[in-house]
Amino acid sequence: MVPVSYYLVLSAVLFGLGVIGFLVKRNIITIFMCIELMLNAVNLAFVAFAHAWEALSGHIYVFFVIVIAAAEAAVGLAIIIVIFRNRGSLNVERINFLKW
Amino acid sequence: MGADVILFFFFGGLAVLGALSLVIQRHPIHSALSLILVMASLAVLYLLLGAEFIAAIQIIVYAGAIMVLFVFVIMLLNAGEEEQTNLSRVTRYIGLPVATALLAEMGWLLYRAWPGDVGVVPDRLVGRTSAVGHMLFKEYVLPFELTSVVILIAIIGAIVLAKKEL
Amino acid sequence: MTDWIANHPELVIAVVKIALLLFIFLTAIAYVVWFERKVIAHIQARWGPYRVGPHGLLQPLADGVKFLFKEDIIPANVNSRFLFLLAPFLAVTLALLAVAVIPFGPEFEIFGTTTGFYIADINIALLFVLGVTSLTVYSVALAGWSSNSKYPLLGALRSTAQMVSYELALTLSVIGVLLLAGSLSLREIVEQQSGRLWGVLPNWYIFPQFVAFICFFISSIAETNRAPFDLAEAETELVAGFHTEYSSMKFAMFFLAEYAHIFTASFLATVLFFGGWQSPFPETPFWQWTLYLPAAAAALLGLYFLLDTFRHPHSTLHRGLITLVGIALLGVGAGLALVPPVLLLVQGPFWFVLKTVAFLFVFVWIRATLPRFRYDQLMAFGWKFLLPLAVLNIIATSLLLVWQAN
Repeated sequence: MVPVSYYLVLSAVLFGLGVIGFLVKRNIITIFMCIELMLNAVNLAFVAFAHAWEALSGHIYVFFVIVIAAAEAAVGLAIIIVIFRNRGSLNVERINFLKW
Repeated sequence: MGADVILFFFFGGLAVLGALSLVIQRHPIHSALSLILVMASLAVLYLLLGAEFIAAIQIIVYAGAIMVLFVFVIMLLNAGEEEQTNLSRVTRYIGLPVATALLAEMGWLLYRAWPGDVGVVPDRLVGRTSAVGHMLFKEYVLPFELTSVVILIAIIGAIVLAKKEL
Repeated sequence: MTDWIANHPELVIAVVKIALLLFIFLTAIAYVVWFERKVIAHIQARWGPYRVGPHGLLQPLADGVKFLFKEDIIPANVNSRFLFLLAPFLAVTLALLAVAVIPFGPEFEIFGTTTGFYIADINIALLFVLGVTSLTVYSVALAGWSSNSKYPLLGALRSTAQMVSYELALTLSVIGVLLLAGSLSLREIVEQQSGRLWGVLPNWYIFPQFVAFICFFISSIAETNRAPFDLAEAETELVAGFHTEYSSMKFAMFFLAEYAHIFTASFLATVLFFGGWQSPFPETPFWQWTLYLPAAAAALLGLYFLLDTFRHPHSTLHRGLITLVGIALLGVGAGLALVPPVLLLVQGPFWFVLKTVAFLFVFVWIRATLPRFRYDQLMAFGWKFLLPLAVLNIIATSLLLVWQAN
């Protein structure tokens, strides 16, 4: 039998790796993917707690997180496409000026 | 060593490997594929936790639609390999070890905070589709309808942003 | 070892079922290629494969040998060898995965345990099949992108966009069936379709959900990249689309995956709308003779082959093969008629296979008859016609159900 805390530790590890990736990577799409990794880690924690407390609302929250992540991915990628069209680069160090 | 323990460690390890690969790989397409691997392993973990509907939604929506969007954009923009990150010396020799130490402490606290004998019961099916559906349409019907508005706004926003001329 | 087998009969039965299903399914995919070539040929007033075996029946074997011996080329400037090799592997894996949950027949008793004609009966079987379908988009996208060449990339982008669009219409058209059945398990959906509708018609979901069936069928043709929606891989348009740069065995894998998807679409149409493994005839004593239809079909096919030895004297080898096959089929027919338990066991799969072959014929018929859609017509059809139609079907079904409940 796997204790619930193992699932929470796994969720923490995934979240931490997402934070490290967010801070270290330069490509803006990869940074976005690290955000999705963090959202997934949180979803795992929600589902683990829903199992431990036999509360179905944990699953409902996961559902809404997934839906909002989908909407966010759509708009975020559209913004990234516009940035690429205007600046010609996906490196965050090249697109950190508001002008020129 | 029941089957659920083996499955947890195998797919948990696969998820961690996928996340490490996401952070380490240089080309964004490889990072995207690693993220898909993480999502698939998480779907199996959700099945172990009895969340059958959420596991199916994770595969269909997250791994099958959102990540397709990511892969599409990476293919369209033809983003090349990432340039070498020049981590400063402070980051490399102090930042990363301290970050790892903080994460290890966070993991240890989580492990200690929850009693170790509350385990995952393999046959406890909490997330029956009919039960989730009932809850979605009875208690959480307002957020459900609001998310449809959010998706509509996202669709319109994405189309307007990515058009060549308005 | 033997007592481990005795203690875990489900595992052994599962392994046997998987091996059998894989063998039968792969052979069926090879022969559906033969079936398609013959049917298209006869629609176009010619004969199709004829010389390789009797009636061209050994053509799939010849094709398989050809694929094995062709030179395996990996272009020098692929983006990533790993992705180039992963794409066909992923395509075949996902294509074969979807049939694990399809119920081919009812439950039966074997060696003391009750099991059914399916490998797995899970609560979310329909969502599982839809999830596997949504993952097949990756094999196309990765194949096109990693080839690092303009025709595959264009073909892959168009194909991916088409599959994602029609996936929505597919999922929504299935929800009507879900509302009527009340369960996502495919075995449960088939069992809900038993009984009679108004005493005469079988209680299949095609009758209340006709619009949904049309929507589902058209979406599945588009989802499997078949004509008339095959712009992304037609020879006159984009060389060969996303699998231009693939040769020999890897191309064979894409080919196999495409036909496996056609099978999955036919299986789903049968299970969801046509009652799966259930016979269209009622269970009353008046219709007991229909139980002998599988035996009669096997015997008639055997007779046809035996008579064929005189009609088509192509060569001695052909004649010998046809005679053997004919005698074997006659034997099968006689055996079925004489051994009632086996006859009852075969009923479910027989009707399932019959309905699936009918759908395969319609798939091939449509390919031989209709001209290709232009890409913008294709996308407009999916988004502006099929998607609203599916949503209207859901609304109408829910309203009718609520009205019926009051």
